[in-house]
Amino acid sequence: MSTTSLLLLALCLAFVSFIFGRQKAYAVARAHGGTRALHSLPGHYGLMVGLWCALPALAIIIGWKIFEGPIVSSLLDSSIPQAIHDKGDKAVELYKNEINNLAASGKISEESDAAKVGAANRLNSVRSYSAIALMIFSLAVAVIGAALAYRKIKTDTQARPIVEGIVRFFLVASASIAILTTVGILFSVLFESARFFQQVSIVEFVTGTKWSPQTAIRADQAGSSGSFGAIPLFLGTLLISLIAMLVAVPFGLMSAIYLAEYASPRTRAIVKPLLEILAGIPTVVYGFFAALTVAPLIRKLGESIGLSVSSESALAAGMVMGIMIIPFVSSLSDDVITAVPQAMRDGSSGLGATKSETVRKVVFPAALPGIVGGVLLAASRAIGETMIVVMAAGLAANLTINPLEAVTTVTVQIVTLLTGDQEFDSAKTLAAFALGLMLFITTLILNVIALHVVRKYREQYD
Amino acid sequence: MNDSHQDVFDNIKGTVGDVTVDNPKMRLSNVDVFYGEKQAIFDVSLDIANNEVIAMIGPSGCGKSTFLRCLNRMNDTIPTCKVTGEMSLDGEDLYGPNLDTVLLRARVGMVFQKPNPFAKSIYDNVAYGPRIHGLASNRAELDEIVVGSLQKAGLYDEVKDRLDAPGTSLSGGQQQRLCIARTIAVSPEVILMDEPCSALDPIATAKIEELIDELRQNYAIAIVTHSMQQAARVSQRTAYFHLGKLVEVGSTNHIFTNPSHELTENYITGRFG
Repeated sequence: MSTTSLLLLALCLAFVSFIFGRQKAYAVARAHGGTRALHSLPGHYGLMVGLWCALPALAIIIGWKIFEGPIVSSLLDSSIPQAIHDKGDKAVELYKNEINNLAASGKISEESDAAKVGAANRLNSVRSYSAIALMIFSLAVAVIGAALAYRKIKTDTQARPIVEGIVRFFLVASASIAILTTVGILFSVLFESARFFQQVSIVEFVTGTKWSPQTAIRADQAGSSGSFGAIPLFLGTLLISLIAMLVAVPFGLMSAIYLAEYASPRTRAIVKPLLEILAGIPTVVYGFFAALTVAPLIRKLGESIGLSVSSESALAAGMVMGIMIIPFVSSLSDDVITAVPQAMRDGSSGLGATKSETVRKVVFPAALPGIVGGVLLAASRAIGETMIVVMAAGLAANLTINPLEAVTTVTVQIVTLLTGDQEFDSAKTLAAFALGLMLFITTLILNVIALHVVRKYREQYD
Repeated sequence: MNDSHQDVFDNIKGTVGDVTVDNPKMRLSNVDVFYGEKQAIFDVSLDIANNEVIAMIGPSGCGKSTFLRCLNRMNDTIPTCKVTGEMSLDGEDLYGPNLDTVLLRARVGMVFQKPNPFAKSIYDNVAYGPRIHGLASNRAELDEIVVGSLQKAGLYDEVKDRLDAPGTSLSGGQQQRLCIARTIAVSPEVILMDEPCSALDPIATAKIEELIDELRQNYAIAIVTHSMQQAARVSQRTAYFHLGKLVEVGSTNHIFTNPSHELTENYITGRFG
């Protein structure tokens, strides 16, 4: 019986015991004059029995599956001839794999080694015994658990706290998953970065101004040794994000104010979803737009007034990125502006303030914390954006703050470093993880600031 | 409106008592107010006099707040609302070209039901009105206006050490007095109060009522209230609204001791409302 069907069976058993448990709770209640006589609701008793049935059985199935592999593997060790052991670990692994393949396929050809065939057969029989034992054991535990809980149902059994406690446990577990994932990502990046910093000094990485990650693969090959100064990348990221924010914040904010304060409900109902469509356009499409429409336009404009503009410029990428994040700014700001109590607007207009005075001096300051939070979230988005930059700003790691030149960003370099066939122990590849780590830290700091600002000033007007 | 309501409504024929005064500060004649299709105020005429508190009482939904909001055209902020009739301040038409809402609301201030200080410091809350109307030419003048207004509102002694603290950090009663100070700071001629004490405890209410009585020396005051005791305590004239009509107007003394209209009597004696 496969694990899946075993799990399904255990769940069915749990469901059945839930029904029985509830039935018994009703019966007990009837005998004592109504459900009020019970400590908890009948459903709680049913859940208690069901959980007593399912949880121990699930724990056994999971534990069994974890330990089955190593135990079977060590049993296999004993059937490997000493001659193979003498050849070293790799040979043992190879031999084990062959046995496993034989056992799985069941194809025993004539050339097959008799010893291997024997081992494969033993492996199969051990596995089938294990499966049967697991089935019997786990189902027995399920039934016993359910029976014990079933017997415990009396008027004063405290089923509710048990059920509430288990619900709480699952909620905590769900919350932990997100946190553990973050920690996991951090550590995986951290370890690879540590390997990178063994080859390249951290000082050179953080303060270097030349980025040229090409390293020779073989010692005798002609090629640069590679230099890993991350400043041009972070400066490029900063430049493009800054241009994007210069576009997104004013336009986003003004459209939010228009939507929240001036637009009629009809206009709002049409314009707001249209604006949010901007957020739904794939970034690749924005990339086309930036590279094929905006960049040539900027170049023509620049040349007509005598500026030299490279065909891939930070300005084009930044502007299009700014347009892309307008909905982040406008939608979040619109929400917080709408949340400012009408009473404050009335108070202001009751003093003879005009609409724009009310918006500028009362509504906007009251909504500011939320707006700042929205802007910082948009900034994290801009810093992490890759596709538009790849297509419109180029790959050249120029150390410049001239928005008309080609620059590159951290995320773009990570992509170029990790695509294609790469060795995972060269500094070139590992540099991607170090960049990722620094980017992670940067956006983390931004997010912490955003959360802090929002939390500090939240509900100030209530 | 169900049938019994309809009967009551049809039986209110005009207003009992004299709706006019000599030398009115504000005069409203034949005012109708509509929210979309629904009419909320039916042909109400009423004068507001100088140096007097007029209380507007009546059951919930009788239109007293709506009527109050006509006096400084606050109803304009509601898109579906339509107001007709003749309304004037010192003989000037409220809807005339020389008295747009900005000027009107500077002269007719309003205090709201729930204290609504801005998310600013106590000082900036009071200085808000003078600043937007350019009433002070320098910081010293502004300080003078702010301190004076806080003093008139009876709040200065409680907050003089923390004028930089946010207005929202004050207690409910203090917040409402801050809102009154904010209204006084633009030197209005009329002050409208829409149930100013309904969110406050009895002690804070007593302070506000005292304040209203003092403010009467300099302003014309119209107050909407749910509390008949409050109306009796603070006002000189009382107007009783019912189902969007003005049923009876008279001196507070007369309304509370010897009302002429049956509906007024029923309300005063607590038979409904």
